[in-house]
Amino acid sequence: MSLTESFRVALTGLLTNRLRAILTTLGIIIGVGAVIGLSSLGRGVESFIASEFQALGSNVLFVFSSAPTSGTRTTIQPISTLEGEALGDPTVAPDIAQVAMETVVPGRVVNGGRSVTIVLSGVTPNFAVVRDWPVQTGVFFSDEDLDAAARVIVLGTTTVEKLFGDKAFDPTGLPVRVNDRVFTVIGVMQEQGGGIGALGDQNEVAFVPMTTAQTRLDNARTRDGGYRVDVLHIQTRGEESMDAATLQVESYLSDAHGVTFQGEQDFTIINQRDLLNSLGAVTGILTVFLSLIAGISLLVGGIGIMNIMLVSVTERTREIGLRKAVGARGSDILTQFLIESLVLSLVGGALGVALGWLITLIGGALVPDLDLAITTDAIALATGVSTFIGVFFGLYPASRAARMKPIDALRFE
Amino acid sequence: MVSLFKKKPAYQPPVDETGRKAVIDIRGVTKTYLMGDIEVNALRGVDLQIYQGEFVAIMGPSGSGKSTLMNVLGALDQPTTGEYFLDGVNVSKMTESDLARTRNQKIGFVFQSFNLLKRTPALRQVELPLIYGGAANRTKRAKAALESVGLGSRLDHLPSELSGGQQQRVAIARALVTEPAMILADEPTGNLDSRSGTEVMQIFQSLNRDKGITVVFVTHDPWIARHTNRVVILRDGRVVSDRMVSQPLIAGKDERPSEADEMESVLKDAYYGGKEEEYN
Repeated sequence: MSLTESFRVALTGLLTNRLRAILTTLGIIIGVGAVIGLSSLGRGVESFIASEFQALGSNVLFVFSSAPTSGTRTTIQPISTLEGEALGDPTVAPDIAQVAMETVVPGRVVNGGRSVTIVLSGVTPNFAVVRDWPVQTGVFFSDEDLDAAARVIVLGTTTVEKLFGDKAFDPTGLPVRVNDRVFTVIGVMQEQGGGIGALGDQNEVAFVPMTTAQTRLDNARTRDGGYRVDVLHIQTRGEESMDAATLQVESYLSDAHGVTFQGEQDFTIINQRDLLNSLGAVTGILTVFLSLIAGISLLVGGIGIMNIMLVSVTERTREIGLRKAVGARGSDILTQFLIESLVLSLVGGALGVALGWLITLIGGALVPDLDLAITTDAIALATGVSTFIGVFFGLYPASRAARMKPIDALRFE
Repeated sequence: MVSLFKKKPAYQPPVDETGRKAVIDIRGVTKTYLMGDIEVNALRGVDLQIYQGEFVAIMGPSGSGKSTLMNVLGALDQPTTGEYFLDGVNVSKMTESDLARTRNQKIGFVFQSFNLLKRTPALRQVELPLIYGGAANRTKRAKAALESVGLGSRLDHLPSELSGGQQQRVAIARALVTEPAMILADEPTGNLDSRSGTEVMQIFQSLNRDKGITVVFVTHDPWIARHTNRVVILRDGRVVSDRMVSQPLIAGKDERPSEADEMESVLKDAYYGGKEEEYN
């Protein structure tokens, strides 16, 4: 019997049992749909998080105070402005291009009836350069503002929205009250991609000159005569000098803070790559986990096919006997049942791809920030897996049907 | 029909007194089954020749081996020992796939329970053996076969839309369509009421009489057996009686005896192994 005939016989067999065929396919549809949908969801989350961190810049180190992990030391000596300035000196740290400093203070910004409670960032003027984050309207602080501890403020777009009711509103030149002192808004930071991301809303920010934060809003003096700094944003000379710069920061700060052992360090140095790697591990696990769940449902779908095919073989014993009596060979019967299960799983696979696509569409509509797309390798995987399922789980029932003796099959009640 | 099988040069089918060749020639056939640990000798040495154009009924009580013989004759099963030549070809040594081809080309089966495919139109049912045989002109031939059993107007009917007698006629068309060497029917009227049974018998008789098709019946109904030309009776795996029917009944003309008459004849033991004239 030719292959086209086998196909016709198998398709006729499926069409005469439509409901059963549909129910069997459902397992594969859900399985493949889950694999595609969930893996694309996992990847979307992964790349979303990656893009969030990409925004931090690939040649930027972050240094902040942290509790020592071991040793007898329990006190934390804050990083001071003097240390920050020293690190900016090429003779101290030749791989560092410039250092931006940030001192945070709790704040409450009020505009008429509206107010927002926020962490105020007191930063040096080069912050915008180091973080590659310009203003969209107005200006950022100048060195004069820093020297004068000027009462000026630069807002993020979310803060603007909360204070002025509209994200697109330009508040430049308007006064706001910051911790009961009148400040002038001089600029609005460019909106950062993301929104509600892993790092919180990066647009819900307010920047003041560092000196203003340190002297007017807080009394943040340190023992060495400088002021407390919470985060050093260090721009290195390039991506390749990251490691060297890290070592220079480490050795300088260890010296300054009297650290003798590694575990005694009361500061932490991180960079975007480390963050990405550690978060990548987490999101990778997430993707694997999602795929695993999806894979299990695919397996269940496959077993469903085998189950139905076995039932079908038993139920159609007399049909098999009749077919053999009128001249079907074992191989004809094998082909027929294999094609049946293959068609079921391939149709299931195709509809599953559609379902996965639907899941991604819905997921994308619910969370617009996730860039969800069905990748070709997901489709290839689904097709491959469903073909495999069709053959693998169809083979046993089909060979059982093929081996049936015609007389036994015909006599079967 | 072109024979696809190599013929043993030594074998020449036996010929009867009128010059007809043997379609079925079985010699010393035995069949032993294993039922669990117990050996069952279903056939204990059967010799039987059935010639072209014959209409033979194989009878016997349950356990006589008639179903086993039917399976061997239909190439559904291989004899344990002995030889079976079907249409000049030794079937007893064939492989599974050659057996399948033999069944496809030389034998037309008609079963008691019709064995039609579910939800499949009549025309497709009849095409089935042609599909497995890889034949051309399938639709045309299937149509012709259905017309020859009087179902030319029921080509697209599903089994569920046909009466029992009509379903059996579809099955007969399916058996006929490959122009086999013989038609093998297992209790073909067993599931039918007497009117449909008569219809079916009429078809078999006309196929045998007008087209010269060899028909072998397995039945335990003496009334049905009397419509054939020859009755072979099996008991305990052996042929115990093999006689010609001198005046076969003609389906549709002869009335089945009333229940009372039938009871009478059962009590008189008129059927099994009785004298020839008692069949008339």
